[in-house]
Amino acid sequence: MATKSLLQAIGEGLAEEMRSDESVMILGEDVGRAGGVFRVTQGLQDEFGGGRVLDAPLAESLIVGAAIGLSVNGMRPVAEIQFGDFITPAFDQIVNEAARFHYRSNGAWSCPITIRAPYGAVHGGGLYHSQSIEAWFCNTPGLKVVAPTYPADAKGMLKSAIRDPNPVLFLEHKRTYRLLKEDVPDEDYEVPIGEARVHRIGDDITVVSYGFMLHTVLEVAEGLSEAHGVEAEVVEPRTLYPLDRETILRSAKKTGKFLVVVEANLTGSVAGEISAVVAREAFEWLDAPVMRLGAPDVPAAPFARPMMDAFVPDAAKIERAMLELARY
Amino acid sequence: MDVKDARARHEVLGLTGEDLLRMHYSMLLARRVDERSWILNRQGKAPFVISCQGQEAAQVGAVYGMRPGYDYLYPYYRDLAMTLFLGQSPREQLLSVMGKREDPNSGGRQMPGHFSARELNIVTASAPVGVQYPQATGTALAFKVRGEDGVVLVCGGEASTSGGDWHEAMNFAGIHDLPVVFLVQNNAYAISVPEKAQVAGSIAGRAQGYGFPGVEVDGMDVLAVYEAARGRSSGRGGGGPTLIEAKTYRITAHSSDDDDRRYREREEIEAWRLKDPIPRFERYLEEIGVLDAEAREEVDARIRAEVAEASRSAEEAPPPEPEDALGPVYAGR
Repeated sequence: MATKSLLQAIGEGLAEEMRSDESVMILGEDVGRAGGVFRVTQGLQDEFGGGRVLDAPLAESLIVGAAIGLSVNGMRPVAEIQFGDFITPAFDQIVNEAARFHYRSNGAWSCPITIRAPYGAVHGGGLYHSQSIEAWFCNTPGLKVVAPTYPADAKGMLKSAIRDPNPVLFLEHKRTYRLLKEDVPDEDYEVPIGEARVHRIGDDITVVSYGFMLHTVLEVAEGLSEAHGVEAEVVEPRTLYPLDRETILRSAKKTGKFLVVVEANLTGSVAGEISAVVAREAFEWLDAPVMRLGAPDVPAAPFARPMMDAFVPDAAKIERAMLELARY
Repeated sequence: MDVKDARARHEVLGLTGEDLLRMHYSMLLARRVDERSWILNRQGKAPFVISCQGQEAAQVGAVYGMRPGYDYLYPYYRDLAMTLFLGQSPREQLLSVMGKREDPNSGGRQMPGHFSARELNIVTASAPVGVQYPQATGTALAFKVRGEDGVVLVCGGEASTSGGDWHEAMNFAGIHDLPVVFLVQNNAYAISVPEKAQVAGSIAGRAQGYGFPGVEVDGMDVLAVYEAARGRSSGRGGGGPTLIEAKTYRITAHSSDDDDRRYREREEIEAWRLKDPIPRFERYLEEIGVLDAEAREEVDARIRAEVAEASRSAEEAPPPEPEDALGPVYAGR
């Protein structure tokens, strides 16, 4: 077992799946010789050739549409959208096509494709290399949306996504790519889609978070424990659609105080859906109103650093929210 | 055709009299099934009908060389003649028209004309126009990656060439020399919008820009379309992609919800009816002695009886159960 970053773990997961299954192939912009703009697919074209690691034209609808067509004819394609912000031209292919294949054909066809997309605010990213796009897709039955944060989870969930007979949108937060390394198993393993993970046990409040925000939440939780004796339970959904309601509700009922922290705009967000589930199903266990913290309802994280920092919830804002909930 | 070649047109194409009768049967069957769905609509038994009338030659000519269950078809919503030719039955299509539980296309989930037959490699179709083109290139790419000789036929009307998906797919097919035939059935109207407000220049001519052949053919002539599709389709032809623009005409309104008197003259339709591909093919068959008037009546009577029986049986079939609406959303591993 070696320690790996999220980026390395995903790259390794891709390579292993391509070695063990000839029908797995990759297509996307710059995925070949360049190895992707983030280097996730580095070395894969050398190993598997240009036919299975295919540099696609700059046309996202084509990339996802072709992936659908490949899956129709026996392949297991992994399509890479270079930045989540550029996924919109492929929206029709993902939402109206891939996600509908199974239902609209009464189960005759399925669409086993994986769509990888880096998302989230990053310094210098500006409006179009920063967006949290998950809410657009978490209203789409037939599609699965996953967003693992830690390297070992990501590798295991990527394998699950590629082997899943349904379309899976696989979201990777850019700021978590090289943020930390952890032990990643070398042997073949899967982390199932649809199961949340409890990262920290606590009795006082529950915080649900994912992506870069999850790292900040976990840091703040340690600080609150030391400074205030507040023990937060921290839950990562890992799969954003369909949600693991049971794990989330179990924690909410245990602590009676519930907060969701996301980097996305709050209105219409995944945080809204999680909150609605808890508000309804855990109502009699709650000692405080369900709370949410996220980005303000402005279009996206701006380019200049002071504005971007104002957009993304930071440790101070997260600590304030967690303390407010604990003291309620 | 070479003027010195004394053989009949179909002989030059390598078609036998039996082939021609099969083509004729498929075209006439599609017409009669289509007519029957309009009657069911007017009887209040079918909420929505969309039509193939006028386009049967383009459809049968293009699909005739395909190997069902091996090559792939991405149909668009008027391709009834193609799906019947490949093996779907009149009863199956009428089940779909009436939204019955047994409807093999979608189990009553989709409007009629949204075809699907996994065992025949007819890929499930939807309503957004043009989405099928990128998918078809992916299916063709899979054949190429595995070194197989399969061919993909993908269809749409002339308006489907206006959006980005068509151009993205044409470009991709050209880059990778993919075994895909783009069949554009240019039927002169996109609901009410005429071709002159839809299409700049020539659709067929655009293929040159993407680096592969494009041909414009008389879409009311089944043999002309067959020649274009057979001669140029990849796999067996050994070439890359081909674009065929079949010039045809939509004889009916866009759908049962459309009143085409708002936007086109009756005289125009009557003029095109004279070019109806079915009587035109029948004149050829009579000329070469393959089908005389009496035999034609016999075939038609047989088809009418078959369609009437299919309709009766489909009408009696049960509707879906309300709870059928709840799935299947996800495929199981």
